[in-house]
Amino acid sequence: MSGLAILIPIALGMGVFGLAMFFWAMRDGQFEDLDGAAHRILIDDEDGSEESAK
Amino acid sequence: MNALATPLPDEAPALVDSRFTVPGMRCAGCIAKIERGLGEIDGVDAARVNFSAKRVAVRHVARVDDEALISALEHLGFEAQPVAANPLAEDDREAKRLFRALAVAGFGMMNIMLLSVSVWSGAGGVTRELFHLLSALIALPVVAYSGRPFFASAAMALRYRRTNMDVPISIGVLLATGMSFYEVLTGGEHAYFDGAVMLLFFLLAGRSLDAMMRNRTRAGIGALLSRMGKSAAIVQEDGGTQRIAAENLFPGMTMIVAAGEALAADGTVVSGKGALDNAMLTGESTPEAVAPGDRVHAGAIALEGPLTVEITATQGDTALAEIARLMDEAGQSRSRYVRIADRASRLYAPAVHTLAVLAFIGWMIAGAGWHQSLVIAIAVLIITCPCAMGLAVPAAQVVASGALIKKGLLVKDGTALERLAEVDIALFDKTGTLTLGEPRPDISHLDARAKSVALALAQASSHPLSRGLTASLRAEGVKPATLADISEIKGEGIVATWDNSSVALRRNEIDGPGMSTTLHVGGLAHPILFSDALRPDAKEAIDTLARMGVCSQVISGDRPGAVAKVVEELNLEGFAGVGPEEKLERLEALRSKGHFPLMVGDGLNDGPALAAAHASIAPGTASDISQQAADAVFIGERLAPVATAVSVARDTMRIVRQNFTFAIGYNVLAVPLALAGMVTPLIAAIAMSLSSLVVVANSLRLARSAK
Repeated sequence: MSGLAILIPIALGMGVFGLAMFFWAMRDGQFEDLDGAAHRILIDDEDGSEESAK
Repeated sequence: MNALATPLPDEAPALVDSRFTVPGMRCAGCIAKIERGLGEIDGVDAARVNFSAKRVAVRHVARVDDEALISALEHLGFEAQPVAANPLAEDDREAKRLFRALAVAGFGMMNIMLLSVSVWSGAGGVTRELFHLLSALIALPVVAYSGRPFFASAAMALRYRRTNMDVPISIGVLLATGMSFYEVLTGGEHAYFDGAVMLLFFLLAGRSLDAMMRNRTRAGIGALLSRMGKSAAIVQEDGGTQRIAAENLFPGMTMIVAAGEALAADGTVVSGKGALDNAMLTGESTPEAVAPGDRVHAGAIALEGPLTVEITATQGDTALAEIARLMDEAGQSRSRYVRIADRASRLYAPAVHTLAVLAFIGWMIAGAGWHQSLVIAIAVLIITCPCAMGLAVPAAQVVASGALIKKGLLVKDGTALERLAEVDIALFDKTGTLTLGEPRPDISHLDARAKSVALALAQASSHPLSRGLTASLRAEGVKPATLADISEIKGEGIVATWDNSSVALRRNEIDGPGMSTTLHVGGLAHPILFSDALRPDAKEAIDTLARMGVCSQVISGDRPGAVAKVVEELNLEGFAGVGPEEKLERLEALRSKGHFPLMVGDGLNDGPALAAAHASIAPGTASDISQQAADAVFIGERLAPVATAVSVARDTMRIVRQNFTFAIGYNVLAVPLALAGMVTPLIAAIAMSLSSLVVVANSLRLARSAK
């Protein structure tokens, strides 16, 4: 029973943290271009193009 | 849009954002090419590709216009369409609200499940009461937040004394939550927060899918009407000219139209000789020669000038406005179409309420007590919740439209697929639809040297003939020669210096249907003949349609001779010299005979027909108005997407019907059990979720059907 007093807040806290991260990620535009992110890693960074590859 | 990561520099010129859809990007190389290529243009601050949406957002100074950016993209080898910014933002916000609600519901569902599982597995006494209390603390805010989309919609429906799918959902969720809360307060044995929150989660998943689908399709189509000239240079009494805005023009005024200017009003040419690009009105980019006495229309662009034009009609009286009005009226008929999902829910929602109420009354009469009766009524509400039914249509449409986008066809909204599936006769416009709509040159007689010079010259001009020549030469992989002193002389052609000798691409007189230009290289003159070629796979696409039982006709405003040639080549029935009103009449006649006509056209004169047809498709090169009026837009030189659209639409409807059959079958099995009181709200919620998953999985099979 005393274990629950620790475990439940931890479980809830982790859930809330995950939720907060999701809200942040959505506001930050992390989900705007999922396929693009997979492709961008293949782009060779040439001189001076870092503003587009950032 | 925060995807543009580059911070705003503090310089004077205001930067504006423009968005283009670029369906042709397929790989990492394309992303790099577009972002770097656009970034190098003077005046462009940053370009950011969104690969998933096949869009590119460009931040640039206002002086760089859309046309320039589109032609820059064309130089990079990508076909592009402008996208209107504002309506999208609105839809995006709605989708994001749904996603946030979905995340909250997911969070709540997982935590409540965790607590519920321990209660089921035998936790008793104080532990159970504590867990119920915790569930209540999580569930109440989650229901309040995630349930809002449903409560709002249900409240709206009730206010107008109607009922929709959201009414039983809202009642079910609120009743289940309320009852569970009562249980918690009185230390009862059962709480149904898990069922209520799970229901919300799965419903929101369906809604989010639906919103995603609508966003993705709307994003594909730019909606800009006003290519009409905004002002005109009007001859004053003293002989000078003054620019007057289009809305202040009156018939009887005389305007002077310079080369490159768009006409702001209809009129008659008084003096001057020139050529007009009527693409806005007809979708045909072949320049039309005009001489004194000829009628000219607002929206046309003068390629050569200047022309002196006496205004005969302005604003709402122009041919352009007239066609827009016709189209508006024709579009009304289509808005009568009711979505399958709505037709189903109109019957379904009242049935659900009645069943639940009957279950409650029945069990009360049977003497079960109000508590048990209410639990059973809630189980009935949840199990019959039209979740699988609500998903049956959007899930299939999301997958199908995603598959179609990959094939180069942008479907505007869900009902378009439903209507496309029903078509049984296809009417094609000729120029720009069956044909490419742009003059393509015969370049077989040119040698490699002449080709590279021709490309270097042609790409310096935006004249339709030059554009056609550029496209054909690029398609052959010709590299442009390095020229010096390139200059374009309006009405003459392009001249330049190459290897110390002068080269030129000179215009020939425009006469008759065949157009030509002459390439001068090193003292030799090569005539280049142009013709409006059929799309390479036109025959194939029409045969495919025929195999699906859709017969095709050509219906064109063009001369009988030109139409006959196409008709013969494609072995179709054809009608020539058909005006916009007559196209409408033909469509009406077909509809009254019980046909479901599909209209495929590009010109503004096809606009009313596109709006009136049961379903319509326009090529990406069509006038803006036609793209606006059409249900779907296909991009590229091939006609195949038209046939693919019909076949995928039919597959979609087949899947939708399967989904409905499954959903109804599920209800037929589950409802009697729920009515008999053999299902708890939790089991009801699980059964309902499983049925939704089956529907989604079935819809995913559509991803293969476009291949």
